[in-house]
Amino acid sequence: MAKMKGAIVVDMERCKGCELCVGSCPTDVIRMAGEVNGKGYHFAYMEYPDNCTGCTNCAVVCPDGVITVYRVKED
Amino acid sequence: MDIKDIIKPENLVYKRTPLLTSNTLSYCPGCGHGTTHRVIMEVIEEMGIQADTIGIAPVGCSVLAYDFMDIDMVQAAHGRAPAVATGIKRTWPEKFVFSYQGDGDLAAIGTSETIHCCNRGESIVIIFINNGIYGMTGGQMAPTTLVGMKSSTSPYGRDVAFMGNPLKITELVAQLPGTCFVTRQAVHTPAAVRKTKKAVRMAFENQKANKGLSFIEVVSNCNSGWKMTPVAANKWMEENMFPFYPLGDMKVDGRIVSKELLSLAGVKTE
Repeated sequence: MAKMKGAIVVDMERCKGCELCVGSCPTDVIRMAGEVNGKGYHFAYMEYPDNCTGCTNCAVVCPDGVITVYRVKED
Repeated sequence: MDIKDIIKPENLVYKRTPLLTSNTLSYCPGCGHGTTHRVIMEVIEEMGIQADTIGIAPVGCSVLAYDFMDIDMVQAAHGRAPAVATGIKRTWPEKFVFSYQGDGDLAAIGTSETIHCCNRGESIVIIFINNGIYGMTGGQMAPTTLVGMKSSTSPYGRDVAFMGNPLKITELVAQLPGTCFVTRQAVHTPAAVRKTKKAVRMAFENQKANKGLSFIEVVSNCNSGWKMTPVAANKWMEENMFPFYPLGDMKVDGRIVSKELLSLAGVKTE
């Protein structure tokens, strides 16, 4: 079966670090960064990018709409 | 496969809708307002009605909604959004009109406007964000505050004998003949957001077909007002808000479908 490979791009400066995306990810890809952005928030990033399937759950639940999702079918 | 090969324009599956302006949302981290704004704008984008939609912003946290939604907007006096929406819709019946209100706006100072607007059956959409608290002014008790819930003006919890009962205004308007579609949704999980989006789409379709008033309550968190982290606030909301404010459709196409309301009216559902 073809496997879905995904990737997310987080707008680091807009992310407010609410961590809702972390809990919504079914494959546990997202973590909060140790460093902070210009507003002082720990922003989300892909800790385990290999697991991402591009399901868009994180982007759908993000209150600030900072996540962009890409997906390809891998043979 | 390398990440650089995945992040290409042709592989894009989800991005922030262009109907939200580039301004950073003024809401607290994790607030449901941002998600609800995005859901409404996505529906308007999908229906292609950006130029024909007029939104009414309330007083409250979402008073600056006109800064974030890239459509025509009016900011109404406290609680008077349904009255302003009625005026706009009656002068301009071909436009899509919606009001966006919080619980302090819709269920407290604007109760009369809300009930009469719903009873008249104006062909508008009302989006009602219920977080059980006055968020903007510092977490005071609202009519929707749960029994026993702590707020800055009920520091020992809401006491029914002294402060009265919480108001389920959505159940109230579902019983009025003017409403066409009444539902209660949430935006705390991806599945709930998708359901809310379907409900908003249905509401705007109802307005297109001139079926009557659509009323969507969105049970939301107020993590700053509740003094919790966003994740803990959502969990608290599931455990405490949802038993009192159960999610689901109450009225579809002018017919009551909620079992609770039907049993109140003496109709047997089983």
